[in-house]
Amino acid sequence: MEFFHRATSFPFMSTRKVWYGLSIALILISLVSLFTRGLNLGVDFTGGVTVRASFPSDVNRDAVSAALVAAGYADPQVAIFGPREIAIRLPPTKQNTEAVRARLEQILRGVDAGAEIRQVEVVGPQVGGELQRSAVQALLATLLLIFGYIAVRFHTWRLSFGAILAVLHDPILVLGVFSLTRTSFDLTVVAAMLAVIGYSLNDTVVVFDRIRERFHSGRRLQPVVVLDQSINQTLSRTIMTKVVTLIVVVALYALGGPVLRGFSEALIIGILAGTYSSIYISSAVALDCGLKAEHLLPSSVKRPIDSMP
Amino acid sequence: MLDFPRWKYVLVALVMLSAALLALPNVFGEDRALQVERKDRAPVDDSARLTIEELLGKQQIVIKRDYLEAGRLIVVFNDVTAQLKARDSVEATLSDVYRSALSNATRAPAWMRKMGLKAMPLGLDLRGGLYLLYQVDINGAVSQLLETYQQSFQRALTEAKLSVGDITTLNSGTGGLADGLRITLPAGSDTAAVIAALKRVDNSLNFHASGTASAPVVDMLLTPAQIKAREDYALEQNRTTLMNRVNELGVSEPIVQRQGLDRINVQLPGVQNSAEVKDLLGKVATLEFRLVDTQNNPVQAEQSGHAPLGSKLYKRKDGSPILLKREVVVTGDELTQATSATSQEGPAVSIKLDARGAESMQRTTRLNLNKPLAVVYLEKSRHQVELNGQKVERETNTETVINVATIRGVFGPQFEVTGLSIGEARDLSLLLRSGSLAAPVDVVEERAIGPSLGQENIDKGVRALEIGMLAVFVFMALYYHAFGLVADAVLLANVVLLTALLSMLRASLSLPGIAGIILTVGIAVDANVLIYERIREELRNGVSPQAAIRAGFDKAFSAIADSNVTALIAGLALWVIGTGAIRGFAIVLTLGIATSMFTSLLGSRALISLMYGGRRKVARLSIG
Repeated sequence: MEFFHRATSFPFMSTRKVWYGLSIALILISLVSLFTRGLNLGVDFTGGVTVRASFPSDVNRDAVSAALVAAGYADPQVAIFGPREIAIRLPPTKQNTEAVRARLEQILRGVDAGAEIRQVEVVGPQVGGELQRSAVQALLATLLLIFGYIAVRFHTWRLSFGAILAVLHDPILVLGVFSLTRTSFDLTVVAAMLAVIGYSLNDTVVVFDRIRERFHSGRRLQPVVVLDQSINQTLSRTIMTKVVTLIVVVALYALGGPVLRGFSEALIIGILAGTYSSIYISSAVALDCGLKAEHLLPSSVKRPIDSMP
Repeated sequence: MLDFPRWKYVLVALVMLSAALLALPNVFGEDRALQVERKDRAPVDDSARLTIEELLGKQQIVIKRDYLEAGRLIVVFNDVTAQLKARDSVEATLSDVYRSALSNATRAPAWMRKMGLKAMPLGLDLRGGLYLLYQVDINGAVSQLLETYQQSFQRALTEAKLSVGDITTLNSGTGGLADGLRITLPAGSDTAAVIAALKRVDNSLNFHASGTASAPVVDMLLTPAQIKAREDYALEQNRTTLMNRVNELGVSEPIVQRQGLDRINVQLPGVQNSAEVKDLLGKVATLEFRLVDTQNNPVQAEQSGHAPLGSKLYKRKDGSPILLKREVVVTGDELTQATSATSQEGPAVSIKLDARGAESMQRTTRLNLNKPLAVVYLEKSRHQVELNGQKVERETNTETVINVATIRGVFGPQFEVTGLSIGEARDLSLLLRSGSLAAPVDVVEERAIGPSLGQENIDKGVRALEIGMLAVFVFMALYYHAFGLVADAVLLANVVLLTALLSMLRASLSLPGIAGIILTVGIAVDANVLIYERIREELRNGVSPQAAIRAGFDKAFSAIADSNVTALIAGLALWVIGTGAIRGFAIVLTLGIATSMFTSLLGSRALISLMYGGRRKVARLSIG
């Protein structure tokens, strides 16, 4: 069984202007959405209280909201987690979990006597700010290290640059989708995004490896042709791996329960975006930075070439 | 010919067998259990076991099984209700001798337990429990240190018969926090002699004489290294203290870890009531011994509102005022042991002092025979107070003189302190024993997770994993035929190996961790796919089957290495910088990448060599 029964030769590189256009459009939409609508930051980031409760019969969200407002909570966010389960988000408080649990139990029992509180999380806002910072730090550190690693392994900054752009491209798209759909953005989603970066890099490096091999095989081909061939040759493998990973992640999305939903959603979007970016963006950018065969040679070999008259 | 050295086969086989063994306990699952131990730490014996069995039997609580392990009795139940009922009944009747805690017991057979094979510990989001994050006020630690130095300086200068004016704290300007002391001296003081005397307190301190002849001044500034050392010490001391207190709570498998520069995270599986726990953990209580000021009138001091120079006003337990000298004879730090005991005068705390405390106590009692010595109990705690209908946390400092005794003889390093009720004596000895908190702590984050939510999470996550894996297995077999089956076997081996590593490292599994396992499946498959696609390509180019296999592995290696290393970098960055949930995920991801490299490169190769290696001629590869 095979996806492609003949060696493919899609003209990836020559059509790259189209793909640049598409990427730029998508990124712009994402950025605009992020700046106007913003992200629905989860409690991990803003600090506050999340309460999960279950009811013996189907719960009416408006009734719960009304009860909370009546009890003095100005802007309660009530989300439905299942036909009989809700999640409530409340602004930060100095009370401890006991006090919050007791109070909310009272309020919820007013709506339905059989209500039961399953989980209460109180996160101080100070920690929220710090989590944000450490998340950003983790991202930046990862990007820097990876830029360096690729530059060393492939002997040229052009490929690193292409890789980093592709890598930045994916999380922006994921964030854009989260912003547009106002899905809750918490720590597990950040973990998913970092995994997406890892996966996307995985693909990009595999393509780069093939590019390096093709340039080394000595034939003086145009960079455009080499890049095209490399991508085409690795296409089968790229699609195969993606399909397999998606099977698992979709299983998680469908069956993993509400806690993992944001996580798996980020993964699905990220993997799709990642495939696209490693096929088009990384190589195209390297090409437009003027990638040539000799850039991929180790520096010890480069010098003799330069000193020749 | 495919040559795969025999020793590599053996290596792979050995690794997989040990992995299977280490991972096995996880297959069995866990039961709800109650962990019972004696409060005096003596091991629980068989007669105790029978007593408890009888007690539970009378309450009609069904026991699945019970056994003794590491001096504790583990009683296993069939469900949560039985577990909770049992806990309540043991607490109600046996709480003066025994302490019980909710826990989980593995269903693995006894021989596994004896070998020390344990399943992966489950994180809080899977098991339910209490998670507290404490912020340590390390500035408080530094100011405490300065206070101690202040007192030692006073003592040293008095002993050297040098007169001193006032000792105040100093801010050298960076950061705006006190980091030194200023000792003002009367006119004409010999600053060199003063410095020499002070250096005897601690040789490593920096002293600097300044000021004029009529107002000489000696400054002591702590170096940044000294401040950092104190902060680290305070944090480590606090961590140990919290650990000791948590152990006294009898919680099974608690976690107390330092987090970042100035935080400690405490995880208590099975605990739901945070108020009680926070109260005990955050309390700062200690004893101080001071001489009573017999020369001045305490009632007068109370009425006028200030105490005479060199003394401080305290209240006794009955509310009456008493003046104590400012100098502290023995501080809480100098107590090495404290146990609750009963003496002729009622409940008491039996105290043992360390060398410095013993020396100070000896000296004071020798010089002050027949004079009264007071014991001061200091407690700093947080309470919930109703303020305008809202519950607010208030911090209270209490300093009470609990006992005044006349010095009848020279005190040695061991003696008893009376004047407390039985509960107070017990609490105090616990607090003293576990050590005083070197710096005040504050809860910045707390979560209470119900156990039922945890169980559901596990079930859903595991089911998603199972279904996903099954789909992958089928797909790989369809796409790559026999090689696909090899890939499936390798995938399974990967999960087993990863589980074994996590169990061995006692890394706790959380929900993001399960997600991490799922992700490593993707990476493991990727490695195999790279190899297989390469083999297919070589075959298409007309290379012979066995050479194609060899070429496939060789050429794919650089791609696998580079791509896995980049993913590894991401995992490591997360591990180091991340906290909590992200960290759990990162550990699993990083280990998973490592195991996938092992299984895909060595494992696949071993299996494929078995299938197609040797000297036989192979016509076709079943690679689809």
